[in-house]
Amino acid sequence: MNFLLMTVLVAFRVLGRNRMRSALTMLGIIIGVGAVIAMVSIGEGAKAAVQAQIATFGTNVITILPGSMTVGGVWTGHGGAVTLTVTDVEELKKIPGVMYAGWAKRDAMQVVHENKNWFTTINGVSPDYLVIRGWSARNGEFYAQADMDTAAKVVLLGNTIVKNLFEPGEDPVGSTIRIKNMPFKVVGTLEAKGYDTRGTDQDDVVFIPFTTAERKVMGTKFLNSIGAGFLSAESPEQMPQIVDEVKRILRLRHKLRPAQEDDFTVRNQIDIAKVQEGTSESMKLLLLAVASISLLVGGIGIMNILLVSVTERTREIGIRMAVGAKRRHILLQFLVEAVVLSAMGGLIGVGLGVAGAKAASSIAGWPAIISADILVIAFGFSALVGVFFGLYPANKASRLNPIEALRYE
Amino acid sequence: MSLIVSRDLVKTYRMGEMEVHALRGVSLEIAAGELVAVMGASGSGKSTLMNILGCLDAPTSGTYKLEGIDVSTLGESLLAEIRNSKIGFVFQNFNLIPRTTALENVQLPMFYRGISSHDQKALAVHALERVGLADRQRHHPAQLSGGQQQRVAIARALVTNPAIILADEPTGNLDSQASQEIMATLTTLNTEGITIILVTHEPDVARYARRTIMMKDGMILSDRSSKGMPSARVVPQEAGV
Repeated sequence: MNFLLMTVLVAFRVLGRNRMRSALTMLGIIIGVGAVIAMVSIGEGAKAAVQAQIATFGTNVITILPGSMTVGGVWTGHGGAVTLTVTDVEELKKIPGVMYAGWAKRDAMQVVHENKNWFTTINGVSPDYLVIRGWSARNGEFYAQADMDTAAKVVLLGNTIVKNLFEPGEDPVGSTIRIKNMPFKVVGTLEAKGYDTRGTDQDDVVFIPFTTAERKVMGTKFLNSIGAGFLSAESPEQMPQIVDEVKRILRLRHKLRPAQEDDFTVRNQIDIAKVQEGTSESMKLLLLAVASISLLVGGIGIMNILLVSVTERTREIGIRMAVGAKRRHILLQFLVEAVVLSAMGGLIGVGLGVAGAKAASSIAGWPAIISADILVIAFGFSALVGVFFGLYPANKASRLNPIEALRYE
Repeated sequence: MSLIVSRDLVKTYRMGEMEVHALRGVSLEIAAGELVAVMGASGSGKSTLMNILGCLDAPTSGTYKLEGIDVSTLGESLLAEIRNSKIGFVFQNFNLIPRTTALENVQLPMFYRGISSHDQKALAVHALERVGLADRQRHHPAQLSGGQQQRVAIARALVTNPAIILADEPTGNLDSQASQEIMATLTTLNTEGITIILVTHEPDVARYARRTIMMKDGMILSDRSSKGMPSARVVPQEAGV
């Protein structure tokens, strides 16, 4: 222990003598570690931001869209067919593990309040839909089942609508807005959700009871047909099973023959998250590659300079051997020098990386998450690089013949 | 009991196609407390003998016993331990570690021994005092004269209290004044009981020794003892001993 400590001290002194050289040697490691930490921190920040966005969609949500159909050779797109009904969704609610089931129907329309108007998406939704999607009322309250039953002309306003139809500070609850020239009573306003992963403003929306939309606002060819059904699962683990069950029940209800394709589409929120995770996984691999290459280059730099050092100090090695240094002492001495170089480089790199990530988040406003794990891993790896690339020069030094080393000029 | 007993030491090097017979059967005994000069022209095998006696090299054949231990069969690691504990080296070109203080140079052998750094320092200071360099502890080799550097080297050789000090042309790089000082230091240490083997080709230096071994072509040509002479030559006033 004493010997190791002394060796470390000697290593620091030797490296301190060639400050410029040591600094340049460490540069590769510094840049590698620094870059990785900065990039990982920013990447983690971005990932967290995306996950937060995904979470605004609601938790454990399964979306069912009616199928498409081809009319005269033209594909009508998702929801082109009116194959999904309220009864379908009510049936799906019975699947074990389903907590809520809701449905919606949407159309783009103008909303008017006094002399202001706004063009937005009108959503006719069942009350549970709002729960599934995680909406909460800022003022007022959601409409109730009674409003559904009577097809009441009540409306909930998204934050963007409030901003555009009302004066700042004005409370919309209780006032009346007009949709399709019909008066609707504002019963509540909603907490803002922000933008979704595709950059759509989720708050640019109004909600009215589904029945109201169906009977009074949008009109429909087939009663009970819906634009989309929504289920929420009790836990993420249950989602794949529920999705399978949804498919089975809907095929049965729609009387599809085995050869026929589904006339509906089931989307799992976890799948969307997985796509995002996939992106960040490939980002991570890319980072790993960059880190490996820069650590490799840094390691080669260390090896190179140590080989020079071994040659320069051949006589010193001979002297040390003459006075009783064993081969392992010499090996350890050079190995410690390599590790001190790489570990110091790693430490400086960690410092610069953290500073860089902080700077990026404060200047550019990118969210950066600096986790202790990555700092420890990066530092540990840089030290390992020292061991790995120091081994060859150190071994070379330890295998010198003392007689020849002493004679070396 | 003899400190060093060697029997038929043979050392053969291969240099490409050629075989070089550096030693062709050297047998000698050296008793504790002796001051022996090994002389000979270059190529006579005296350096090879020195390397073998110093446990830096192993003989091709023959036996070498140091303090009764047959070291010709020991492995590298044990040889390093023997060098560390029983042998002190003094070289022609001093062989101090550059940019390292005199004190640390003297501490070097103890560094490989697991002696506490406090004790290392105390012993090193004492060794430097013995060679008259107590006031030069913090100096680097470059800040010392040749004679002073060699005395640091001697301090390093004796700090572990070795059985023998091997001095290979210790005055080869020194002027006559410094040479006399170094020889005075060595003879004083010898009178204090340390066995010294001196390799030299200078008769002036060899004259300090009571016993002179002449080598030629890898063999001992002559082994003469001349009593009384060295003590007359000691010039104690110059060296700081």
